[in-house]
Amino acid sequence: MHGYHLTIVLAPLAAAIVAGLFGKKIGRAGAHWITIFAVGLSFVLSALVLKYLYWDGGHAENYSVYTWAVVDGLRMEVGFLIDRLTALMMVVVTFVSLMVHIYTVGYMHDDSGYQRFFSYISLFTFSMLMLVMSNNFLQLFFGWEAVGLVSYLLIGFWFKRESAIFANLKAFLVNRVGDFGFILGIAGIVMFAESLDYATVFASGPAIAAQNIEVISGVPWNAMTLICILLFIGAMGKSAQAPLHVWLPDSMEGPTPISALIHAATMVTAGIFMVARMSPLFELSETALAVVVVIGAITAFFMGLLGIVQNDIKRVIAYSTLSQLGYMTVALGVSAYGAAIFHLMTHAFFKALLFLAAGSVIIALHHEQDIRKMGGLRKYMPITYWTALIGSLALIGFPGSAGFFSKDALIEAVRESHWHGQGAVYWIAYLSVMLGVFVTALYTFRLFFLVFHGKERMDEKMRSHVHESPWVVTGPLILLAIPSAVIGWFTIAPVVFGNFFGTSIAVTERHDVLAQLGREFHGSWEFILHAFQQSPVVYLAAAGAVTAWYFYLKRPDLPDVISKKLSGLYTLLVHKYYFDDLYINGFAAGGRAAGKFLWQKGDELLIDGIIVNGTANTIGRLAGILRQLQTGYLYDYAFAMIIGLTLLLGWMLWF
Amino acid sequence: MNLTDLLPAAPEMTLLGLICVVLLADLFVEDEKRVITFWLTIAALFITGTSLVLTAQETRTVLFDGSYVSDPLSHVLKLTAVGVVAIGFMYARDYLHQNKLFKGEYYVLGLFGLLGTMVMISANSMLTMYLGLETLSLSLFALVAFDRNSATAAESAMKFFVLGAIASGALLYGISWIYGITGSLQFHEISEAIRTNPEINAVPLWFGLAFVIVGIGFKFGAVPFHMWLPDVYQGARSPVTLYIATAPKLAALALTLRILVDGFSGLHEVWQGMIMVLAVLSLVIGNVVAIAQTNIKRMLGYSAIGHVGFILLAVFCGTGQGYAAALFYTLTYVVMAAGSFGMVILLSRQGFEAELLSDFKGLNARSPWFAFMMLFFMFGLAGVPPWVGFFAKLNVISAVLDAGFPGLAVLMVLAAVVGAFYYIRVVWLMYFESAEERAILQAKVDTRFILSLNGLAVLAIGLMPGWLLSLCMRVLG
Amino acid sequence: MIGLQHYLTIAAVLFALSVAGIFINRRNLILLLMCIELMLLAVNFNFIAFSRHLGDETGQIFVFFILTVAAAEAAIGLAILIVIFRSRRTINVRELDSMKG
Repeated sequence: MHGYHLTIVLAPLAAAIVAGLFGKKIGRAGAHWITIFAVGLSFVLSALVLKYLYWDGGHAENYSVYTWAVVDGLRMEVGFLIDRLTALMMVVVTFVSLMVHIYTVGYMHDDSGYQRFFSYISLFTFSMLMLVMSNNFLQLFFGWEAVGLVSYLLIGFWFKRESAIFANLKAFLVNRVGDFGFILGIAGIVMFAESLDYATVFASGPAIAAQNIEVISGVPWNAMTLICILLFIGAMGKSAQAPLHVWLPDSMEGPTPISALIHAATMVTAGIFMVARMSPLFELSETALAVVVVIGAITAFFMGLLGIVQNDIKRVIAYSTLSQLGYMTVALGVSAYGAAIFHLMTHAFFKALLFLAAGSVIIALHHEQDIRKMGGLRKYMPITYWTALIGSLALIGFPGSAGFFSKDALIEAVRESHWHGQGAVYWIAYLSVMLGVFVTALYTFRLFFLVFHGKERMDEKMRSHVHESPWVVTGPLILLAIPSAVIGWFTIAPVVFGNFFGTSIAVTERHDVLAQLGREFHGSWEFILHAFQQSPVVYLAAAGAVTAWYFYLKRPDLPDVISKKLSGLYTLLVHKYYFDDLYINGFAAGGRAAGKFLWQKGDELLIDGIIVNGTANTIGRLAGILRQLQTGYLYDYAFAMIIGLTLLLGWMLWF
Repeated sequence: MNLTDLLPAAPEMTLLGLICVVLLADLFVEDEKRVITFWLTIAALFITGTSLVLTAQETRTVLFDGSYVSDPLSHVLKLTAVGVVAIGFMYARDYLHQNKLFKGEYYVLGLFGLLGTMVMISANSMLTMYLGLETLSLSLFALVAFDRNSATAAESAMKFFVLGAIASGALLYGISWIYGITGSLQFHEISEAIRTNPEINAVPLWFGLAFVIVGIGFKFGAVPFHMWLPDVYQGARSPVTLYIATAPKLAALALTLRILVDGFSGLHEVWQGMIMVLAVLSLVIGNVVAIAQTNIKRMLGYSAIGHVGFILLAVFCGTGQGYAAALFYTLTYVVMAAGSFGMVILLSRQGFEAELLSDFKGLNARSPWFAFMMLFFMFGLAGVPPWVGFFAKLNVISAVLDAGFPGLAVLMVLAAVVGAFYYIRVVWLMYFESAEERAILQAKVDTRFILSLNGLAVLAIGLMPGWLLSLCMRVLG
Repeated sequence: MIGLQHYLTIAAVLFALSVAGIFINRRNLILLLMCIELMLLAVNFNFIAFSRHLGDETGQIFVFFILTVAAAEAAIGLAILIVIFRSRRTINVRELDSMKG
């Protein structure tokens, strides 16, 4: 098995290196074949690992591959912790990555950076696998930063576009805020547990939770609460939770396969995965869990609302991603880690599907992304239409689809989470996820109807060119549509209620909502029936879809009327709650003003002028002077040696 | 005495015999078939390496009435020397062809230099050391001047020769004093004499030691005995520079360890101060002056002086940890130096020497793989983790800290920062400047393959430094 | 009575003279080569004096080696000198400064 693990990680890395460095030599076809082969290999092996761990009853493995350095007893290692949680993530990551690799062959067909793109996405796969397979915080951090790095590279892939550069910078800056928290959290762990190894840190969890730390003197904080909140700030940055969500919609400037792979299915879920992996720590701090719940709930509902007013096809899906990530976060907060990971998995399939379908539409319309200029595409692009329909149904939670099982289980878990008390936290969480269902259905079907149904709003020239995408594009759509449709039915019983994760996720008994739900669970069919009989969720989703149908197909004039009537709300939503304005004109501008001051007075004058440039100039000048000593004349050289000899003799006699 | 008793010295004898074969064979080879000499040389190196492996043993054997020693340290150093010389010859082949320098002399002189290096490494007496040193030095003088049409090569050869003669004169003068006072030329007898007669530990002996350290300083190229080094690095043809930058460093380390540790560990407090002076001056002057260079060979020359500062500071500690750090540093430095000069050779073509830093501009656009390899060498030399140079520096710094000299450790970090500047400038030129030169690299497949292996080794050892570190600890233990 | 110290003194004087000759002489390369020979002879003087004083032959054997090596060294030195003369038509030390800095 160890050989499998290494191959899974190294195959994409090797392919990335070959495609990146020898791109010119191996050509376009060579670049895509080698990366697709490598990722395919990783996928097959990952599936075998999962099979071994689940069906063959194999044991989880935790071992270090090699020790890079030992500094003061702190071991810095590369190691793998392969349990069912990891294996599930590996399969999801490699499967979606494989689909995206294949899809890219069609999508980036005419791009001049073809080989570079394949190299990047393979490198991304490697980094993501390092992140999920890690058994220590150092490697986790490495993977965390590496996926971030590749993500910036890819957002700015079309670096000649002004907006791509801006989005790239924004993603970078906002993630720095999150990473700052994350690294402080790791520092806290090293401080208290004196180890980077997961197993050791988890074992010393209770000891940490028993300690207090006074960051501000006189105000004792529980050490575990502080560490968990800091780690969660890292997750907020990476998984785009409010208020650090602003970078994700802008990241849609990157090519669509990237949006599917990185900004929907895998990288943004790293935060969710991390919190689940750290469940033994989070379980020890209810305060931290409450913070997680509230942040997640706010993101789930309010980001969904923004999806309703967006007109860019990819941005609508991006806001939907934010909202769904919020759902997962809420599940984490109520200790339903299994439900969160389950939703992560189904979401990876159907959201990747939706993005790739959107990409298919975008190529068909020659990079037109405005849904107001689409419509009636159903008859031109049947495969895209049907797969997008499956994806949309999964997203809104149509009974029987993958999204239905994961979202319903998640909402049930929130409803059962009485241990948060019946106070504000509980109701914020519960109402947000319930209303979120309606909102989700509304924006999803608004998008669907505006793109595929109704009047054909594109111009005549465009219409004559519209046709279905090639098989490399539709193939992955179909392959993703299958799990989006059915995977929930088969997997809900084991993954959510069947103790699938075993010891990889720790839940204290008091928090274990999934176990309570599990007692009432009697198979997938019963689960669907139960949803019809006892829960408003299905009806809320149906109401959302019908509303969308009424407003955007039946009476397309109504939305304008409403937006005029509710102009205050509408403006608020269009401006995305003014977060961007706050950040750009507030923080960023204030920061720039303060920065300018510090820059001119502090930096230019003091640091650059005197310390940095001063030193550099001094060294430069010194170099200029010292090199005069090397006169080029033999007798001077000999003289220098004599001086040296005298110096040695003098030194010897002197001391 | 049986013939089998001489077995530990078999590698040197084998090499000497094979050199004679190459020398004779070369006489009968026509110019267009000169490649036969090349392959004979490589075969000779291979056989020598094999004999080294076969005769390797864990124990210490002393031969020839105490003049020659064979121990694990000597095997490690000799194997590395044979390896880098072979690598250097492979890199040099196309260059020599294109510049009409493909002659037997280069190989024969190179092999004789290697023989000198090996003799020095195994020297157990001042006489053996001197003979090895002269065998190496005389080969090097001739190698530098080997391109008869190059005025700069001749000039640098003359400078090298005169200064080298002064240095060996000083070394001999020191040896004569040590001989007169301790009554012996063998290292362990010298060490024994110092131990049993504490009264000889006085100014006359120190006087002799100071002269010997001049010889050591010259061989390493430590300031202020470094003046030959930049001129020779720049003036010699690139394959010769590569040779000078690699195997002789191992010889210099052997010279230092054998004399100062085997012979004079009892006088540690005396030589410590002198070594420190040389080391500190080398660190500062080497790294600072390197910044002002425009010629990459000269820049690497000054940077070599800076690296020598690190090696000498490791020796300066006088602890087993320090010696191991010095050995680790030298072994890894030699590998990186071979690679970086290999790149200089690779970039050169007929009638064009890629000597200037600006010749590296935009290399990434021309040849991304080799730009990447050069990045490995530069990051390695600069000490960027996880390339191997980082661990080499870290070992030395922690040895110096453990020996109780935090001030020197700070100086080393500062020197490394200054050093990083000019190495990373090369990377900057390769990746962020546009090329003035469009020609594609011309080199044979085997050269490219070995250069790639060399580059990957710089990373691989950095990722897995443990085995080499424990090897260094063991052979000096 | 002429003792060890006298021999050592004369050797030291010869050594110093040769070194001085190397860096004071700023014209002729051949003079440099002669100074180097002188330096080795000073060392030989030292070895023989010590050898006689210690009653140990090793020092004298060392001298034979030094003499041999000195011959080889002189050969190489003169060879380089000829190469320089071929390419520059001068053996003036002052003009060997094409590399510096």
